[in-house]
Amino acid sequence: MFNNFDFDVIARSLPYLFLEGMRFTLLLTALATIGGIALGTLLAMMRLSSIKLLSTVAGGYVNLMRSLPLILVIFWFYFLVPYIGAWVVGSDQPIAVGAFASALITFTIFEAAYFSEIMRAGIQSIPRGQAAAGYAIGLSYPQVMANVILPQAFRNMLPVMLTQTIILFQDTSLVYVISLTDFLGAASKVAQRDGRLVEMYIFAALVYFAVSFVASRLVKRLEARTAIIR
Amino acid sequence: MNYTWNWNIFFEQALDGSGTYIHLLWLGLQVTITTAFSAWILALILGLIIGVMRTLPSKPAQKLAAGYVELFRNIPFLVQIFLWYFVLPEVLPESWGMWLKSLPNAAFWTTILALGFYMSARVAEQLRAGLASIPRGQKLAGSAIGLTTAQTYRYVLLPIATRIILPPLTSEFLNTVKNTSVALTIGLLELTARTRAMQEYTFQVFEAFTMATILYLLVNLLVTFGMRTLERKVAIPGYSAGR
Repeated sequence: MFNNFDFDVIARSLPYLFLEGMRFTLLLTALATIGGIALGTLLAMMRLSSIKLLSTVAGGYVNLMRSLPLILVIFWFYFLVPYIGAWVVGSDQPIAVGAFASALITFTIFEAAYFSEIMRAGIQSIPRGQAAAGYAIGLSYPQVMANVILPQAFRNMLPVMLTQTIILFQDTSLVYVISLTDFLGAASKVAQRDGRLVEMYIFAALVYFAVSFVASRLVKRLEARTAIIR
Repeated sequence: MNYTWNWNIFFEQALDGSGTYIHLLWLGLQVTITTAFSAWILALILGLIIGVMRTLPSKPAQKLAAGYVELFRNIPFLVQIFLWYFVLPEVLPESWGMWLKSLPNAAFWTTILALGFYMSARVAEQLRAGLASIPRGQKLAGSAIGLTTAQTYRYVLLPIATRIILPPLTSEFLNTVKNTSVALTIGLLELTARTRAMQEYTFQVFEAFTMATILYLLVNLLVTFGMRTLERKVAIPGYSAGR
């Protein structure tokens, strides 16, 4: 079974796999997480707003994104972003948007829906009395949110958000469908060039497993530590 | 914006001769539903076994089940599907590999296997949480009246735990449906793949994707509605599960 397993093809392509592929994957994961949390927090605040229109719009958006397959959303934005870009800059032809930018926009917008559900739970986990106390001492809504509610909500939800980031890390492999060179894309390109599918896919699986496994263990430890404080 | 909309495109004949474009998407939807449903049944069976194993008194059973869950949860589904499709036939004994590769509909069966195993780890985690949420006294009461471990699970714990986890299982079922789209990478002609085909034949990108979006939303509504009905049907009167 493994007697013609070619370790050399992995060794040969390590710089390409990690410096190009993994760099793309990690950068996309990190930026999409930051963007997703920012947009998601905004959506969660909209969803909990007493203004009916805002909560309906945010709720509809979150439910729509959560009922579509990520691959379909990737394709949507792959074709839509050039048109949106054209609309933004006022050009009448669709403009070329870089592959990375397109992927980043897609993942930010898609993951924001999931982060918003986490943040909503986080905001709702803070006793109402805290917001009421904030208003009572004369704070405005932005002040209450920024100084009282959100810092605690973030802290309570940190483990869940990090778990979502691990899911996002695994999800980024789907940029394969628009031929981008993330870690899996790089492995797959080497695999097809050298006819070494077995070696490259097993290696890719091992790397994804190692990263996700270690990361989820760390999150568990963090969770245990923060749980005591509350 | 410079895009020519043409909603009548759905009633034109598809280039591959399979009928109109709306029919093309309908074929894809059928594959999506069949695949998702078969994979879901596999996921439920495997998830039930692994989820129970995680709560058994036996340490080796717990370890084995925990390893299973970690294995299937920490590798992206796309990589898993590649392992099943490209790698498995190569690492099996040669005659088995040849047999696997010559199967008709290989992409279909591979997707069911890959998705079934992938989702089973999630089902197992839900079941474990469900079993853990049952007060310890119930298990002890089971042993006290002389039930074996198997009987305690069959007659006391599982009937309650499965009811408790129905709502999270609904979203896992929806995830199963959504994840079938990943199978387009190994050539399964499900809804997203058919949509892509339509987009390549006609260049009417947004009509095709809009229709796919609507179809996925409809499937979601259908599944949610079906599961809600099931929840009400199996609810124990006077016992609101999980609360």
